[in-house]
Amino acid sequence: MENRQKEIDKLKDYKYGFSTEIENTRAPKGLNKDVIKFISNIKKEPQWMLDFRLKAFERFKQLKEPDWQKPKYPKIDYQDLYYYSAPKSMDDKPKSLDELDPKLLETYKKLGIPLQEQARLNGIAVDAVFDSVSVATTFREELIKQGIIFCPISEAIQKHPELVKKYLGSVIPLTDHFFATLNSAVFTDGSFVYIPEGVRCPMELSTYFRINASNTGQFERTLIIADKGSYVSYLEGCTAPMRDENQLHAANVELVALDDAEIKYSTVQNWYPGDKDGKGGIYNFVTKRGLCKGKNSKISWTQVETGSAITWKYPSCILKGDNSVGEFYSIAITNNHQKADTGTKMIHLGKNTKSKIISKGISAGFSDMTYRGLVDISSKASNSNNYTQCDSLLMGNKCGAHTVPYIKNKNSESNIAHEATTSKISEEQLHYCQQRGLSAEEAVGLIVNGFCKEVLQQLPMEFAVEAQKLVGISLEGSVG
Amino acid sequence: MKEQLQKDFDNIIKNLSLSQKDIEIKKFSLDNFINKGFPNRKEEDWKFSDLNQIIKKNIGELSFYNDYTSTNKVDTSVFVDGLEHNKIVFINGRIEKIDFDYEKKDQIEIIDQSETINKFDNNNSLSDLNNAFTNKSFKIVIKNSYKLSKPLIIYHTTNSKIWSKNINLKLDFELQEDSSLRLIDLFNDTSEKNFLNIFYNFDLKENAILKNYKVDKLENKNIKYSFNNIEQNKNTISETFILSSGSNFFKSEINCNLKGEHSSAFVNGIFSLDKNKHHEIRTIVNHLTENTKSYQLIKSVLEDSSKAAYQGKIFVNSIAQKTDGYQLSKAILLNKDSEFNAKPELEIYADDVKCSHGSASGSLNEDSIFYLMSRGLNYNQARELLINGFLLDVVEKITDSEIKNLIKNMIGIKE
Repeated sequence: MENRQKEIDKLKDYKYGFSTEIENTRAPKGLNKDVIKFISNIKKEPQWMLDFRLKAFERFKQLKEPDWQKPKYPKIDYQDLYYYSAPKSMDDKPKSLDELDPKLLETYKKLGIPLQEQARLNGIAVDAVFDSVSVATTFREELIKQGIIFCPISEAIQKHPELVKKYLGSVIPLTDHFFATLNSAVFTDGSFVYIPEGVRCPMELSTYFRINASNTGQFERTLIIADKGSYVSYLEGCTAPMRDENQLHAANVELVALDDAEIKYSTVQNWYPGDKDGKGGIYNFVTKRGLCKGKNSKISWTQVETGSAITWKYPSCILKGDNSVGEFYSIAITNNHQKADTGTKMIHLGKNTKSKIISKGISAGFSDMTYRGLVDISSKASNSNNYTQCDSLLMGNKCGAHTVPYIKNKNSESNIAHEATTSKISEEQLHYCQQRGLSAEEAVGLIVNGFCKEVLQQLPMEFAVEAQKLVGISLEGSVG
Repeated sequence: MKEQLQKDFDNIIKNLSLSQKDIEIKKFSLDNFINKGFPNRKEEDWKFSDLNQIIKKNIGELSFYNDYTSTNKVDTSVFVDGLEHNKIVFINGRIEKIDFDYEKKDQIEIIDQSETINKFDNNNSLSDLNNAFTNKSFKIVIKNSYKLSKPLIIYHTTNSKIWSKNINLKLDFELQEDSSLRLIDLFNDTSEKNFLNIFYNFDLKENAILKNYKVDKLENKNIKYSFNNIEQNKNTISETFILSSGSNFFKSEINCNLKGEHSSAFVNGIFSLDKNKHHEIRTIVNHLTENTKSYQLIKSVLEDSSKAAYQGKIFVNSIAQKTDGYQLSKAILLNKDSEFNAKPELEIYADDVKCSHGSASGSLNEDSIFYLMSRGLNYNQARELLINGFLLDVVEKITDSEIKNLIKNMIGIKE
């Protein structure tokens, strides 16, 4: 019992809130053509990539920042941000981990992600992204043997231009919405994954995002391609130091699944949520979209959203191939002054496509949570099915929980079912647990974990344990 | 459109003897409407039905001037047989008859209140249009503890004398303490291509009961918009039933403000559409205090290339603990070109509440058809029986047995 209390005390504060003192190379402040050229230049990108960026920038200038979302935020001055920041020691790319700046290694060790491969026993290949660059990718040799490409996207642009050219922007086009287009213009690094035909990726692939520098926006880009008949499970984790100012994180994630391929994408998002009074924290405005391009393909999103001052994202599936499947499992927890507007889009285009949405929202303190989702079955998507369930749990009457689903059915042979409930933890449930010797907080933790179980089950083993703990910590202090 | 509006407006001012105050109100509203124009898809509430486009496509140029100087003959053949009732008759937007023959005269007061402006917080431009062009508007007050012995039927009749016209109606009801009113809106249109814009306001004082049934059954080519605002004080009950079927386009909005404890609101609706009709129901229930209850059930049967949309919102204020709010919408799509869109929305700021919504859409259950056919029905009979049962569920929610039977007969639903 005592140990547990200690553990809780230790975890109570945002333990990833430290920052690393490290010398940075930065792009000049502001957003203009020169900065984009600077980024492209420092990454030694080919001309076609620069053209891609500039085209996006031209488009960006014509776009208006959206304002339909529920959580409002003060206007962001896009000229007052740094769009590129990298540890100086990364200027000349270290060839191996031994050459990597010890400070960086130390940072990741503190975060619980030792990069030395020998230290990794659980067999997860990690791509570590620090501010604007990828600092290390582990287990590469082993993956290459199977033909799997897992590397920073900046490297992929140089080494595998044919793949990047073909798929980059094919799911999230240049002309998409405001933040996605901004990302296309200024994205700095991220992961690139290619699984060749018929290969089942032998280990979990993972990216760990870390924002360190202040006043910087992080714009990473992830591209995952699963060729015919392949399978990959990909994890993503994120943290940031505690700072008083709000920082923007606008990433793009594109997934492409070809015939019979399956991609499983899991996120545990734990960006700095700001302090108790809602000061500081990350604006997490991310565009995630998967395309089930081939027949019988499957994309499944799982997310545990506990961090960020504002979370605003809708991981989506475009079910283009016949018989393709899209899934979305989400737990979103907001406490104190956090705000979340999250959900998914399932766009059914192919025949016999199926989708499933399970969303669990928990709000406490002064927070505000919105589930917003779209299910669109087009007139060609015969015999398609969708099932949606979104449940919200409220703790206290200072917080809000909202559900805004958009349901469109244009096909008479297809079925859509949607249900949503909102409730609180009942006195009876609490009483029952307390009667059996649990403290009020433990009882709430237990009930909440039960409430989330359907989603937690979808996470890979190591993540599930961490996520379960995270769920408990995020609600710390919200009872009573 | 702007010039047309201005011209028609000047015409009205010239022909009607209005007070200076009335003219000012109308001018103000007109300017508002000119600024905003007809609602379009860019507005969140009109996402599923772009009224601007629909009017353009179906009517083209609208004219806003109606000659209300001459009376229309009341055609008694449209009156409902077999049910004694009070009447209000609108013909082409002009009030021709108000008759409360079955009631005690001193218990019902009818006040001319053309000089008041309707202010609804639905902030759509149609209320401005309504304010600018309504000819006459009345307030009907049901006095303390008076329960109308017979239902009131409002006949909305249009005939072929009008074409490409905009008609605006406005009625205000006050139900004083312990009073009750049963109200049926009956749409009888033999006209084509007109746009009807109807606003009702109901103010329910303590313990009042309102039952409102809207029946749009007769086939017609008109475009309609109707808005009900219902203010509910302590212990009040409002029941609204909508049969949305006959018009080319019909959007009904019901806005309930549950302001008093133990008040409850029920909204039930049926879409029964064919051809390329396009209908929408939008319900907004605002739970503003403790211990209030709401329930919405909407069912649709869609044939040919018809389109239905349901937008339902349950709002629960942070002090409105112990709220019950339930919402369910179900649709059967019978043709590959038919379409059902839904946006069931929950916005909740209190924790001790029970709220849920469900929405389902799909085809007729093949297993059920198989079951019925294996028992000797042919395909069409089986289909009809299933649809019948599906819709009967909503009709059975009508609490007034007299009116329930009337509506059953109108729809042709068998038990």
